[in-house]
This record gives sequence, C-alpha cells and structure tokens, in this order.
Amino acid sequence: MIQKFSIYRYNPDVDAKPYMKDYELDVPEGSDMMVLDALILLKEEDATLSFRRSCREGVCGSDGLNINGKNGLACITPLSDVKAKVIVLRPLPGLPVVRDLVIDLTQFYTQYEKIKPYLINDGKEQPSREHLQSIEEREKLDGLYECILCACCSTACPSFWWNPDKFIGPAGLLHAYRFLVDSRDTATDERLDDLQDAYSVFRCHGIMNCVDVCPKGLNPTKAIGSIKSMLLQRAV
Amino acid sequence: MVTNVATLGRSGVHDFILIRASAIVLAFYSIFMMGFFITTPEVSFEIWHGLFSNLAMQIFTILAVVAVLFHAWIGIWQVLTDYVKNSQLRGLLQFLFTITLFVYVTAVLLTVWGV
Ligand code: SF4
Ligand code: SF4
Ligand code: FES
Repeated sequence: MIQKFSIYRYNPDVDAKPYMKDYELDVPEGSDMMVLDALILLKEEDATLSFRRSCREGVCGSDGLNINGKNGLACITPLSDVKAKVIVLRPLPGLPVVRDLVIDLTQFYTQYEKIKPYLINDGKEQPSREHLQSIEEREKLDGLYECILCACCSTACPSFWWNPDKFIGPAGLLHAYRFLVDSRDTATDERLDDLQDAYSVFRCHGIMNCVDVCPKGLNPTKAIGSIKSMLLQRAV
Repeated sequence: MVTNVATLGRSGVHDFILIRASAIVLAFYSIFMMGFFITTPEVSFEIWHGLFSNLAMQIFTILAVVAVLFHAWIGIWQVLTDYVKNSQLRGLLQFLFTITLFVYVTAVLLTVWGV
C-alpha cells in the first residue's frame, strides 16, 4: 500500500516561506509502523527533511508533532491509528519554527523554569537520615511526575498561543502542582505567591485541549484546578 | 509572577472571585426578572413603577448593574489581552468599553433614583 504524506517544510536560509511537500511511502500490506519510522524512511530518500527524535519509544518527549491536526508523539502513533489517505505532518503549533518539523522551545522552557521545578526545603525540620514519604503522600505525585515535557499540551492550548510569555501553560502548571503537593517541599506559599497574578494560572479557561492530546494520558486541567483551589483557599 | 496588568482585581485570584461573585448576582437578577414576567400577565406602568419603588428592588438593580460593570470589565480585559496585541489599540478599546460600562451604571443609578 502506498501511504501518502504531506509534510511542512521550511528552511529559513533558503525558503522565502513555508510550504507543504508531498511524499509517498510503500508500506507493505498487512504491516504497520509508527509515524516516526515512516519519517526516518522518508529521510533516507530526502536527507534535507528535519525532525527531532531521540528515544523513539515515548520517553524523551522530543518528537512532538502535529499529526493530522492533533498533537502527539510520532514514535508512539501508529500509521493505522491516523487512518488517513494523506497524513499531514506539521510542527507543533504556536512556537517559532527553526526548520521543518523542529521548533524553538525557548518560551516553553522559560515558563517551565519560572515554576522552580525542583524541591525547595528550608531545612528547619531535618530528618536524621532522609526525607521519607508515606504511601499516601507519595500517591499525590501520581499523574504528575510522569510528564516528559513533550510540549504537546502547551502548544495545543489557545491560552498559551495568545500569551506564551505570560501564561505558564499546562505542562509547566502540571509541574508546579507536582511541587506544591510534595510533602517534602516547604516553599508552598512562595510558589503560590508567584502564581496568583492574572496570567500565570488564571489564563486557563478549562478548554481541556491539553488533556485531549497528552500522549502520557495526564490531566493538566485537573492539576490547574487544584492550584486554583489552593490559591482561593488562601485568599478567602 | 506577571505584574503588568490593567484589570480590575488586585490579582488573578481577586479577578476570579469578582467574576464569579458578579455572575451569581446576575444569575439571581435574571431569574427574578424572568419570574416576574412569567407571573405577571400584563405589565402595566403601575405594576412596573410599583416594582421599582420598592427599596429592596432598587438596591438589587443597582447591585446587578455594578455586577455587570465588574464582570464585563474583567471579561473584556481578558479577551482583549488575548486577541489585541497592539497595546495602544488595546488600551483605547479597554477605555471605550469601560466608559460604556460606567455610562450604564450612571444611567441605572439616575433611573432608579427618579422612580
Ligand atoms: S503533560 Fe503530557 S502533553 Fe504535556 S508536556 Fe507533559 S507529557 Fe507532554
Ligand atoms: S485546560 Fe487550560 S491549560 Fe489546558 S488547554 Fe485548556 S486553557 Fe490550556
Ligand atoms: S522519540 Fe522520544 S518520545 Fe518520541
């Protein structure tokens, strides 16, 4: 079977503007492959085609793409799942394109950096050996720590498209909540202080695009709701 | 934290509370007015005048229009900061909308006063 592709191409050094290029790939009848495998085969034919990938098994988060209009990881999306005559591949939307399917994630990481993605402990109650967590305390981190920062969610979020410099975005906020609920972290109040403005968290209007696309099945909207509750509880 | 904001509340939390509280007031006012029209077969001048002569109704009405002011001020600020990227144009639009809202409040105050 011949599978057709239409792939976003843009090399700022030579192209005046981006364009879509058609490709064809022979996929043997009855077999299947991931979108990333197809891209690698296409690159053998056309070495100028650029994309990111590393682990090729849904762990590193480097090959987030817009696949037929929906963000996802190329390495864990089978061609048979896309089910389209022509598979349209574009870079994740909303951020500057470096080349072809490679985007500039600076704004995404700047927002991530803002939430201080590390444990802060004032050391006032030092345990004799190490900071232990009960099973219940540890459970609170489930559904949060699994995020691989692939940016599929934030680049699917309209609020992030309009204000990528001010709104933290679903990925960053999921991590913010991960540290807010961590029993070993003592900077809860400072963290909330940094989030209480009108943009950082409150630009989320619960559109839930983030939940729809997360390849790890996580729920940033729920985490954001919990942050909002924490902020409100403190305010009233 | 983002500090360059021209919204009504002092913070995002404050905005969030104001927008929801004003929504509740507006919901009650709408339900009340709907109930009034449904239970009143013919709305004559006397009945209408009687309704708005009641002090509680006057306060409720003023409360409702102030709720419109708060709700729309914050809501419009959010929409404008999403879609209007030119800050001069955005400032102008925000100014026009806010002025209009204050005109509403004044009009309602004067009307209720005159009843
Ligand atoms: S929450 Fe999901 S979609 Fe968003 S960055 Fe993490 S893994 Fe990717
Ligand atoms: S729920 Fe919030 S963070 Fe998620 S896509 Fe919608 S606005 Fe963005
Ligand atoms: S290549 Fe690592 S997540 Fe796809």
